[in-house]
Amino acid sequence: MLMALTSSILPHSQTLCGRQLRRIILDQSKRAYVGHIGSSLSIADIIAVLYGGVMKIAAPEDPERDRFVLSKGHAALALYAAFHLKGWLDEGQIDTYCGSETMLGVHPEHCLRGVDFSTGSLGMGLGYAAGAALAARMQTSPRRAFALLSDAECNEGAVWEAAMFAAHHRLANLTAVIDCNGQQALGHTKDVMNLNHLAERWEKFGWDVHLVDGHNEAALQATFDGLNYRTGRPHMIVANTVCGKGVSFMEGQVKWHYWPMNDLEYAQAVGEVEGADP
Amino acid sequence: MRKAFVQSLVEAARKDSRITLLTADLGYAALEPFIEEFPDRFVNVGVAEQNMVALATGMAEAGLVPFCYSIVNFSVLRPYEFIRNGPIVHQLPVRIVGMGGGLDYSTNGVSHYGIEDVGVLRVQPQIAIYTPGDAAQTRNLVAHTASLPGPAYYRLGKDDLLEVPGLEGRFTVGRPELVREGQHVLILAMGGIAAEAVYAAELLAAKGIAAGVAVVSTLQPADHTFLANLMRAYPLVVSVEAHYRVGGIGSLAAEVIAERGLPVRLVRCGLSEIPDGVTGTLPFMYARHGIGRNQLAATAERAVRALESAK
Repeated sequence: MLMALTSSILPHSQTLCGRQLRRIILDQSKRAYVGHIGSSLSIADIIAVLYGGVMKIAAPEDPERDRFVLSKGHAALALYAAFHLKGWLDEGQIDTYCGSETMLGVHPEHCLRGVDFSTGSLGMGLGYAAGAALAARMQTSPRRAFALLSDAECNEGAVWEAAMFAAHHRLANLTAVIDCNGQQALGHTKDVMNLNHLAERWEKFGWDVHLVDGHNEAALQATFDGLNYRTGRPHMIVANTVCGKGVSFMEGQVKWHYWPMNDLEYAQAVGEVEGADP
Repeated sequence: MRKAFVQSLVEAARKDSRITLLTADLGYAALEPFIEEFPDRFVNVGVAEQNMVALATGMAEAGLVPFCYSIVNFSVLRPYEFIRNGPIVHQLPVRIVGMGGGLDYSTNGVSHYGIEDVGVLRVQPQIAIYTPGDAAQTRNLVAHTASLPGPAYYRLGKDDLLEVPGLEGRFTVGRPELVREGQHVLILAMGGIAAEAVYAAELLAAKGIAAGVAVVSTLQPADHTFLANLMRAYPLVVSVEAHYRVGGIGSLAAEVIAERGLPVRLVRCGLSEIPDGVTGTLPFMYARHGIGRNQLAATAERAVRALESAK
């Protein structure tokens, strides 16, 4: 029943919304009995806005498309949900998530239509995106590059190598989003590696920084729309989010970084997501 | 080989507009010919080798062919996971360029010795590994490989004047070049240490031992059949590399001998432990680690005599 539900949700949508993505995330996590649910729910609205119109992607094969790197690859299910809604996956393909002989694993692989870069090891994606932005400049193309990072990912030194590079070269066609949910694998960021003043840190590194509610799709859209992608500093959107957003018993709970749902939890989660305001 | 490499890269870049050059802030008095001719295709990324490879991955996905230049350890060991997850996983034409393979940075000490680079990369089956012997071969090698698909590693020597006698610039992807015929023993040498192998062969000749010498400049993809046929003509093979004895040409030769069941004895010469911090000139370092011409000749002679006495 779950498979039929997910497969029938609005393929080929032109606009996406976080609630649609959340339902797919819940269905597929339950069917596959895997975790990383909280992380995927955390970025659902950001992904919905990016793939719902911010990024210019005529087709995943278009060489002049904007590039996207899900640097926090463990939340790939949110990405697959967007691909499903956009009609980029084969029929029923979403239901192979975490099965066998599937291209839809926990982390995104570039063999899957729509995935520009395989990720899963934190700290690499911002550099990929900076390279994509640099290449666009060298090739005098209007292409842009977007990267979505986790806040804890900023523990990785390589993130700051890329941060310095992009600022020095004023890669205005590069936009990074940090999914700032305050959680990491083994605890809260404030306890593991304090990231206080994160926005200021990026600003000091030379980025054009914007603070936004990462679950307010209109605010996200307005922020992306207001950026100057042609000249100036690279852009950093520090998106305040809640890990497990939309499911009350998951919100802010560290265990939902890894935990799968049982039947009762799934039923409650679906009820809450379906009952939420669109 | 540095000047020859940069000059041939300039020539390749004239023909292939995808070629770009990144450096992690190294290459003073070396990279200038490229920078002057292609200022818009060159970026100094700062002392940040991991980001250099990440950038190159993003650039290559967009259709460019970036060369990433640094000293061997900084271009291979520091960003190793980036090389694996970036160019290798995505099979993109990123070129990792390692300057000063082996013990070339002699008195600079162990932080600068590239003695495991080939080994750690050779376990990744889908990156080409080139170890040119001298400047003339470097020119030919770069011309033949710069625009090939997929990722590649270039392990270069520092010495612009080094010449491997008899090599004369010859290069064929995947195949060793025989620079000296022999009968009693074949010395298989990886990269620039081949010059020591040729001089060792001359010392052996004075003692009545006919040593062949082959220069191995492609570790991957290697033509195993060609290598097997080369080795089976000799009763004894001595491999030599400015590298640990594990992971480079000694290991490749052992794999081919074992898997093909060749009736050939193998003696591997190379580093067997991490250098202890005592440094010196390159000949001193070669001698200290058993891969200088005199030590090679002595090792080969012992092995030949042992084989003869066992008959």
